[in-house]
Amino acid sequence: MFTAKIKVTLRKTILDPQGKTVEHSLISLGYDKISNTRIGKYIEMKIDVNSIEEATVIVEESCKRLLSNPVMEDYQFEIIQNGAV
Amino acid sequence: MNAKVGVVVFPGSNCDHDAYYVFKEIIKTDTKFLWHKEGSIGDRNIIILPGGFSYGDYLRCGAISRFSPIMQDVVRFANKGGIVIGICNGFQILCESGLLPGTLMRNANLKFLCKTVSLKVENNKSIFTSNYGIKEDINIPIAHGDGNYFCDEDTLTELISNNRILFRYNENPNGSIYDIAGIQNEKRNVLGMMPHPERVSDSELGNTDGLKLLSGVAESVI
Repeated sequence: MFTAKIKVTLRKTILDPQGKTVEHSLISLGYDKISNTRIGKYIEMKIDVNSIEEATVIVEESCKRLLSNPVMEDYQFEIIQNGAV
Repeated sequence: MNAKVGVVVFPGSNCDHDAYYVFKEIIKTDTKFLWHKEGSIGDRNIIILPGGFSYGDYLRCGAISRFSPIMQDVVRFANKGGIVIGICNGFQILCESGLLPGTLMRNANLKFLCKTVSLKVENNKSIFTSNYGIKEDINIPIAHGDGNYFCDEDTLTELISNNRILFRYNENPNGSIYDIAGIQNEKRNVLGMMPHPERVSDSELGNTDGLKLLSGVAESVI
């Protein structure tokens, strides 16, 4: 069993109005060293396969086909093998 | 009239009845609802993907609807030249399913916008806009939170040079690139637009700017 931790973010070239609005709010709270705030999605899922290679193929395809839209988003993920409990 | 209209109903569609009403009661053509779990559009020759919040807009607007059983047949139908109109959420579904290029992002001002806007008919040589004058100004309502059309530079150049942009906002409400409100596909049988023509198609409501589009499409089926 593996756990995939996936991050989907707006591509760097795309303006993120939500991130900008949150950043303005943080700055108004006094955190004026903050810049480049970007908001994305975090997706976590379990994958019941025997190898990390199989898990990687599944996650990669999931990201490409459904979890992200390549026109506006990038994705990154890490896959962790679940230890025995 | 030989038009046989199918209005697709997804869980969360909410403009399906408006579209059905306009085709059935005003244009007076054969009209049916198509539940998203049906695997075939049957004998329909015009498909409407209505507005709403299919699958609760989860993940991204239109991302999940695109994989529903009926969409596989809608894509097949569109690729064969069948007429498909996606309105609002329907436009988002068409972009997600690859029938139209680009995508619809969150409105630039982050607000849900519900108001009538002025559009310019950019190209009236299409089955969707043949009842309008060229550069005619029309008033059609919008109601969306994610209507900010975006595509890369090459796609935009192609849309412009091939006259695929049918409607542009006179005053851009949502940040859309090049003020785009509606586009057609390369083969000119698929239309996606954020404004709602079905909401301005009944003369009792004081404006029929949308009826010219929907009745024109129905009449185009011989």
